[in-house]
Amino acid sequence: MIEKKIIKSLRDIVGKDSVYTENSDRITHSYDATQKSYLPDVVVYAKSAEQVSEIVKIANSHSIPILARGAGSGFTGGTLPVQGGIVLVLTQMNRILCIDTDNLIAVVEPGVVTSELQREVEKLGLFYPPDPASKDFCTLGGNVAECAGGPRCVKYGVTKDYILGLRVVTASGEIIRTGGRTLKNVVGYDLTKLFVGSEGTLGIVTEIVLKLLPKPEAKKTMLVQFETIDGAARAVADIVRAKIVPTTLEFLDAATIGCIRDISPVPLPDECKAVLIIEVDGDREVIEKQAARIMDIIQPLGILDTRIASTTEESEEIWDVRRKVSPSLRKVNPDKFNEDIVVPRSKIPEMISTLEGLSEKYGLPIVNFGHAGDGNIHVNVMVDLAEVGMQEKVDKVMEEIFHSAVALEGSISGEHGIGISKMDYLGMEVDNATVGYMRRIKSAFDPNNILNPGKIFQSTEP
Amino acid sequence: MGKNKTLKDYEQQIRECVKCGACQAHCPTYLENRREGSVARGKIALAAALLDKTGDLEKRLRQDISMCLMCGSCVDKCPNKVPTDQIVGAIRREITENRGLSLLGRGVSTVIGNKSLMKAAIKTGAVLSPLMLKEVPASSGLRLRFPTPVMKDRSLPKIPAENLFDLFPEFIQGDTNKPVVGFFAGCSISFIYPEIGASMIRLLQKMGYSVFLPRSQKCCGIPALSSGDGRLVEKLAEQNIKSFQEHDVQHIITCCASCNGGIKEYYSSMKDDNADFTGKVIDFNIFLAEQGFIDEIAELPKWQNRKKVTYHDPCHLKTQGIVKEPRALLRALPNVEFVEMDGASSCCGLGGTFSVYHYETSKAIGARKIAGLEASGAEMIATACPGCIMQLQDVVNHAGLKVKAVHILDLIAESVGITLPPE
Repeated sequence: MIEKKIIKSLRDIVGKDSVYTENSDRITHSYDATQKSYLPDVVVYAKSAEQVSEIVKIANSHSIPILARGAGSGFTGGTLPVQGGIVLVLTQMNRILCIDTDNLIAVVEPGVVTSELQREVEKLGLFYPPDPASKDFCTLGGNVAECAGGPRCVKYGVTKDYILGLRVVTASGEIIRTGGRTLKNVVGYDLTKLFVGSEGTLGIVTEIVLKLLPKPEAKKTMLVQFETIDGAARAVADIVRAKIVPTTLEFLDAATIGCIRDISPVPLPDECKAVLIIEVDGDREVIEKQAARIMDIIQPLGILDTRIASTTEESEEIWDVRRKVSPSLRKVNPDKFNEDIVVPRSKIPEMISTLEGLSEKYGLPIVNFGHAGDGNIHVNVMVDLAEVGMQEKVDKVMEEIFHSAVALEGSISGEHGIGISKMDYLGMEVDNATVGYMRRIKSAFDPNNILNPGKIFQSTEP
Repeated sequence: MGKNKTLKDYEQQIRECVKCGACQAHCPTYLENRREGSVARGKIALAAALLDKTGDLEKRLRQDISMCLMCGSCVDKCPNKVPTDQIVGAIRREITENRGLSLLGRGVSTVIGNKSLMKAAIKTGAVLSPLMLKEVPASSGLRLRFPTPVMKDRSLPKIPAENLFDLFPEFIQGDTNKPVVGFFAGCSISFIYPEIGASMIRLLQKMGYSVFLPRSQKCCGIPALSSGDGRLVEKLAEQNIKSFQEHDVQHIITCCASCNGGIKEYYSSMKDDNADFTGKVIDFNIFLAEQGFIDEIAELPKWQNRKKVTYHDPCHLKTQGIVKEPRALLRALPNVEFVEMDGASSCCGLGGTFSVYHYETSKAIGARKIAGLEASGAEMIATACPGCIMQLQDVVNHAGLKVKAVHILDLIAESVGITLPPE
């Protein structure tokens, strides 16, 4: 419980209509897409960096946990108030402050929704590539905190590749600026990169300077059906080896195809064991040539059917196949454990066959799809937790999956972060000395451990 | 036992919310205030808390639950199709049962029982005061939608001297080889915009149908549903179903999207089996498309001076996937040059009784349509719901645009020469 006089000070900062303490308010700010729930003590909606700064000062002087919340759509618990305290909501700080068409940058507040920025810059012929699946509702502040990725990452990279500068409120309530508005900037430490992906544990971002690109003239989408998963995996490797970098290279395995067969807008026969969705973008002539070359390269790999979209509608129809996947998984089993491991691209066939082996060993359906082009596989272990002993079984299979990814020189998380969901596995990938170094950074930035405590590192002690 | 479902009946669907947050992109109230309590996910969390008894009907919960237009946009885009609109209806009924009709009922009786308030209501003129509604049945949704004279700067249409039932008999005989169709007019069309209903009936006559317009039909129940008056919804449903049993009708046509959402969608969700009735209910756009009317009218020579018209998707049609047919109709009309607008599918902001309690938010939601409307260059915005027409005209007037909100049937009537003679 937070003392009344602290609540009053918070009200003095943001106004009484922006501080919420009722049971209902705590319930509606207790969860994220992990479906776990922890009640905060108080919910505060801020509208400016100055307000955030004042609020953090109060939290720091009373050692009250505080964490920023955007859309609450994360998959690892980044916005769960696991130790109670203040949930600081930034969705109302959602102004696009500037789109600079001379310097190809945009300056935004953290509550701007990713696709809203994309729509605005595209009106001006510009392009912000990172496209997490939740882009229609996730916020750029959340994208920065988790370093969000997305299908287009194959060609364009992830959020950190587009952040030029930040305005950040530190644990002591100071407002600092990192980076700037230029592509080149080597003055002092690169704090920008440190804050990006730090999951709200080092500071609260109140302004973001983003790099933009010219919008590609055209794109071409292809859907290719394979006889074997191996054929699809080899196709990915061969395309990359031929020095072609598509915008996206998404794959669906046989289990995934089984889930969507009845509702897919593109017919997917029983013989189809894997699907690749390939998209290239750029100048019209260039992408025609690229598409033709890709087709030549993959032709010998056991293809059942190829569909090349020639209109936006046809392209949307192909993407609809991909979009049908997530909502359909529950047909297999009611409970989903969704992990986002990543392996070097060339190791995808090995990882897939490992996953098939694990599925057989534990007798659990594992549905795999994702961003083959960058080695990021969305592994979905589908179970019914009502079965006795199922949670233990899931824990075991998860651990083996993470072990296999790390053994293949991959990583336990490509784009979702650690939060609380993968905390137990951090040591599997990062050695003790490195974890120790990270912890020292955390305690230097946040000596009272008020900023999103209980995340990334197992113990709450920094 | 009521025929409305209770919160408990929705338990399984409530548990199916995976908290992904996708509803945030589609909820008109959330897009306006960006508060988690406004969005479907937040309301489902509160519904779950009520079921688990970890939450109760405290003031903030009631406020959050009131922040819903019941437009169904979130349901449409939800990966698990959790029916938040219906769940909100169920919670509002629980609130009513626990606390009485505090939200709306009181507002209505205060005005009706207070002479000076009544006078003020009459003085403000354009407002649909309760006195002006004296010719409107007590159970009409119009009374719930506009119970008080507090919305002084809202532009509202005048109530015409003759309502739809004054203009037409209960049964109009058509060609003997053509079936009988029922027409469910709804309150707004019956009492505020009878010309829309007249156009519908005349068009049906022209096509050779016999038309059954039962005198005993009542409000569809959407405003009562929105205000949590479960008993009234049940009474209205029972009466409406009974009214259309008097003739063997092939279809029951609506040209009010909200009414369609009420008598087709909501009645289908009730506990008893209303499929005989709801299976016959059809939106006029779909009916005309099925009859080949769109192809027929597309054959007519285009007029010299066509009006530039855009289209607004009423939520209750959009969420049923009725988006192509109204546009096809407008494109086919000889007197119309159809242009698409950005944000055509965003809600107008009226939402049953929502605009009574949250007029400022309601206006702000509606105002989100203005940029797209202005950029389209349209001189008219056509739609298929009288509620939307009322709200859109108010929003347009506030923005100072010279755009007229009309019903698609107004334009059809003009094109085939069945417009009512001016009074």
